[in-house]
Amino acid sequence: MTTVIQAKNLDLTYQTNDGPVDALKGVDLDINKGDFVSFIGPSGCGKTTFLRAIADLEQPTGGTLTVNGMTPEQARQSRAYGYVFQAAGLYPWRTIGGNIRLPLEIMGYPKSDMAKRVEEVLELVHLDGFEKKFPWQLSGGMQQRASIARALAFDADILLMDEPFGALDEIVRDHLNEQLLELWARTNKTIGFVTHSIPEAVYLSTKIVVMSPRPGRITDVIESPLPRERPLDIRDTPEFLEIAHRVREGLREGHAYDD
Amino acid sequence: MKSIIPVLTVVAAIFALWYAFAVVLNAGWAYSKAERAGVDLSFTEMVKDTMKQEKPRLPAPHQVGVEIWKTTAEKKVTSKRSLIYHGWITLQATALGFAFGVGLGILLAVCIVYFKVIDMSVMPWIIASQTVPILAIAPMIVVVLAAMQVNDIVAKGVISMYLSFFPIVVGMVKGLRSPDTMLLDQMKTYSASSSQAFWKLRLPASTPYLFASLKVGVAASLIGAVVAELSLSQNGGLGARLLAGSYYGQTIQIWSALLAAATLAALMVFALSAIEKVTLKRMGMSQ
Repeated sequence: MTTVIQAKNLDLTYQTNDGPVDALKGVDLDINKGDFVSFIGPSGCGKTTFLRAIADLEQPTGGTLTVNGMTPEQARQSRAYGYVFQAAGLYPWRTIGGNIRLPLEIMGYPKSDMAKRVEEVLELVHLDGFEKKFPWQLSGGMQQRASIARALAFDADILLMDEPFGALDEIVRDHLNEQLLELWARTNKTIGFVTHSIPEAVYLSTKIVVMSPRPGRITDVIESPLPRERPLDIRDTPEFLEIAHRVREGLREGHAYDD
Repeated sequence: MKSIIPVLTVVAAIFALWYAFAVVLNAGWAYSKAERAGVDLSFTEMVKDTMKQEKPRLPAPHQVGVEIWKTTAEKKVTSKRSLIYHGWITLQATALGFAFGVGLGILLAVCIVYFKVIDMSVMPWIIASQTVPILAIAPMIVVVLAAMQVNDIVAKGVISMYLSFFPIVVGMVKGLRSPDTMLLDQMKTYSASSSQAFWKLRLPASTPYLFASLKVGVAASLIGAVVAELSLSQNGGLGARLLAGSYYGQTIQIWSALLAAATLAALMVFALSAIEKVTLKRMGMSQ
């Protein structure tokens, strides 16, 4: 197993008007190739900050962080990851196809290659036939799928997702979770996934990172014993409930520390 | 069809008010004429008189209408008495000034958005420039540019630009800054260069703001051109018509020139609205 993302004693402190805030404190974590890692914790626990640090959108103030053996900045410049934000962030003036072509145009992919890639990723997220539609013609869930397709269109082995389904309703969410697992199995990407839903984290992940706030740190790392093939009803099995219980315990512990 | 009734009501109210004011303002002259002629004026006779004076304080709408008809449809467009001739002159200066203003406005907006130093050092001057009354500064610009042997139409264009660049700057700065942090972060995750972020994100995102500014800017351009023509009246134009009218107390001529200018502005704004509609539709930004 190769380690793709490695954090050692990582600190990240923001300077604010009310003094320094420790967003991350002494974070150690290894993420292996092909892992599906979820970060879960209450708001302010630094889960999003950690993901953004991996993406070189935040600068750590201490410790080391490597992505594919490089600094996050080098990794970003070599286009090592695709990033999916909480909102779909599709450009209203571009069609779905045009939105997916956006990173490809920026990265200088040849025109002949683009059409093929757009078609491929649209098929991956089950949006075949929507290439010529504008974002406003799609539902929220479809827009988020298009945004995932966009992050998959270029050759990055890592997919970072910051609460991508946070704004969607439960039913759509279940559906997208199922599709995401299928997509992960087909593409063999390493996925970092921020969420605050326990069932979502347990259902999706091979590794669950439980975090707690003030200062943001890791309280538990759970290697999931669940098989990689996961039908939706796996959520009713005792193994699933046991992991969910452990996550809940981890979250509670983090809070007790606070009081 | 539903909207036609309120529209017509407003138009009718404006005309009623206009006629009422014409009667009130022109009554004095009607009475004083009657007094000198030694006749008693009944109310209806007075009202009749206020509708057909040669140099009324406020010409009645139909007088202006007749004047406009005479100076457009009944005159050759090459005639110096034709409003179309003068309107065309004004339109040229407006178009030139508007083009200058849009160019300068967009250039300044881009600099302001990309360089904080320029934002801090130039923006106050841009705002200050708009507090100076254009009527005072226009003759000075004309004199300076004439000394520099600059073509008259360019001089008018410069004054017109002076008014029109401001809304463009303000709108474009807002438009170029409209993409939120998330979209800019997203560009960073693609390792996009800042010129890519400009052409692919900031500029298209600013289009709706640009059109809003263009509509304000084009009206301002026209005002600038008319004001410039007050100083450069030898070349004609609606401004020159206004000036000539006020020299000779030709209120009807003044009002018809004013209405011509207003119509011209309205036509330009409508044209821009139409272009806006088509453009945004093509871009997929209107539903």
